[in-house]
Amino acid sequence: MAQPLETTSAQKPKSSAKPKPYWVEPLITMVILGVWVLYSLWEVFFHNSGTYGNYISPYFSPGVGKWFGWHLLDGLYVAWVPFLFRFSCYYYRKEYYRGFFWDPPSCAAVDKPRPRYSGETKWPLAINNLHRYFWYLAFIVLVFLWKDAVQAFFFKNGFGVGIGSLLLLINAVLLTFYTFSCHAFRHMVGGRKDCFSCDGKPTTSYKLWNRVSSWNMFHGTWAWASLASVWAADLYIRLLSMGVIHDVRLF
Amino acid sequence: MSDEFTLKVWRGDKSGGQEVEYHVPAETGMVVLDALHHIQHNQAPDLAVRWNCKAAHCGSCGAEVNGQPKLLCKTRMDDYAGETVSVRPMQTFPVIKDLVTDVSWNYQVAKEIPLLEPTSPAPFKMQQIDADRVQEFHRCIECFLCQDTCHVLRNHEGQQKYFGPRFMAKIAEFEMHPMDGEDRIPLLAHQAGLNMCNVTKCCTEVCPQHIRITDNAIIPLKERVADRYYDPIKILLRRLGGKKGEPGKANTPVAN
Ligand code: SF4
Ligand code: SF4
Ligand code: FES
Ligand code: FES
Repeated sequence: MAQPLETTSAQKPKSSAKPKPYWVEPLITMVILGVWVLYSLWEVFFHNSGTYGNYISPYFSPGVGKWFGWHLLDGLYVAWVPFLFRFSCYYYRKEYYRGFFWDPPSCAAVDKPRPRYSGETKWPLAINNLHRYFWYLAFIVLVFLWKDAVQAFFFKNGFGVGIGSLLLLINAVLLTFYTFSCHAFRHMVGGRKDCFSCDGKPTTSYKLWNRVSSWNMFHGTWAWASLASVWAADLYIRLLSMGVIHDVRLF
Repeated sequence: MSDEFTLKVWRGDKSGGQEVEYHVPAETGMVVLDALHHIQHNQAPDLAVRWNCKAAHCGSCGAEVNGQPKLLCKTRMDDYAGETVSVRPMQTFPVIKDLVTDVSWNYQVAKEIPLLEPTSPAPFKMQQIDADRVQEFHRCIECFLCQDTCHVLRNHEGQQKYFGPRFMAKIAEFEMHPMDGEDRIPLLAHQAGLNMCNVTKCCTEVCPQHIRITDNAIIPLKERVADRYYDPIKILLRRLGGKKGEPGKANTPVAN
């Protein structure tokens, strides 16, 4: 009975190496997420364009500013969407509550009692209960990122493949998995139902739910992979436009 | 591998205690409970440890091995080869003696949860796909290791505010049952304190039955609570359309 719901085997790493001290994992999370946030702030506050030829950086897409003729801090008009999407993502919540809030620092630690802890019952953290709305917005952004990925294959002199095109394509693919393995999406497509088969046969929503559930098992992996791909794509385009590197065209 | 294991076992009662060191001859396949039994039979006949099945089925032998919540009968000594193995009682519950804790709070909580309220008399006909989803939660052996590790109960004195992961799995088992007509969403949003949980997954990590408590019980329940109490569009539509919920489910939020 291999349900995507269930873990099938004990995932115990058998190693004779001494276990890492409990603060290592939260610290790594803190450093990676911290550097990423700083990088993103630098990117959206200190640059006004993320375009290089037919490449558009994921931080600057869609170019809402351009549609309306605003040209101040173009990235800001959209960058908050993926930011809040990730901030309210169930997976990142685990990571930053553990890493930044030390709630808990580890599953084995006993901390000093802090009776003021209120979980996600109070604002501002209660905003995480509206994760689905950030999903809706992130979905719209994703459509534009696919458009950018396709456009990245059409250079001035016609179809071609550059490192940038591949980076943007990989980024769109990974973000698609990330977005469609979301817990809120899993709920929307079928998880909210109590009965999957009340008509006597598996409903479409069961099939969708089942598929999303199997992607959802790796949601954390998609989360990190897509974070890395957004970063890589943006950095590549930034370095191109700064003239530090030149685009490598495969053909 | 040395032919002896060194254990530090917490001895004491509610007035206090300390770790006492014991040495036990190593045997192949030995679990922590075997080592404790050896101590009991040969060195400390008054050592208190609760166990019944020795087969990871009864859930009585929960304790903390080198700080990690574990079933004593399922934790092999050779996982800690070369280390001193410290065994302590679960820290979230009041200790009675040595490794035995008073977990009765959990049974009080269990009484607060409305049981299955069938929409039609049993026996029911259900498809396997529907049974599978709730069956995952039936695997629970009530060892309360998840309750022990949950930082809401452990660090934040949350017993008054949160039922704990084991009971989120229990509520999910009823809430997601196709033949259930009871509505536990108001309970979850208020008294059961679902949103005290911050989805940090320690419960899932320690569950010896590999129940994916956070992903399959807590998060889906949080989404259901969001449907009812947080999602402004859903709330508006419900107000406009009168009661419109899933069949057999009352949809009026109760006052806190
Ligand atoms: S995921 Fe929630 S219930 Fe589970 S241990 Fe963490 S805070 Fe407690
Ligand atoms: S859910 Fe898992 S850890 Fe919690 S009481 Fe049940 S079996 Fe034990
Ligand atoms: S849960 Fe991670 S994106 Fe929704
Ligand atoms: S003795 Fe029954 S679960 Fe360990």
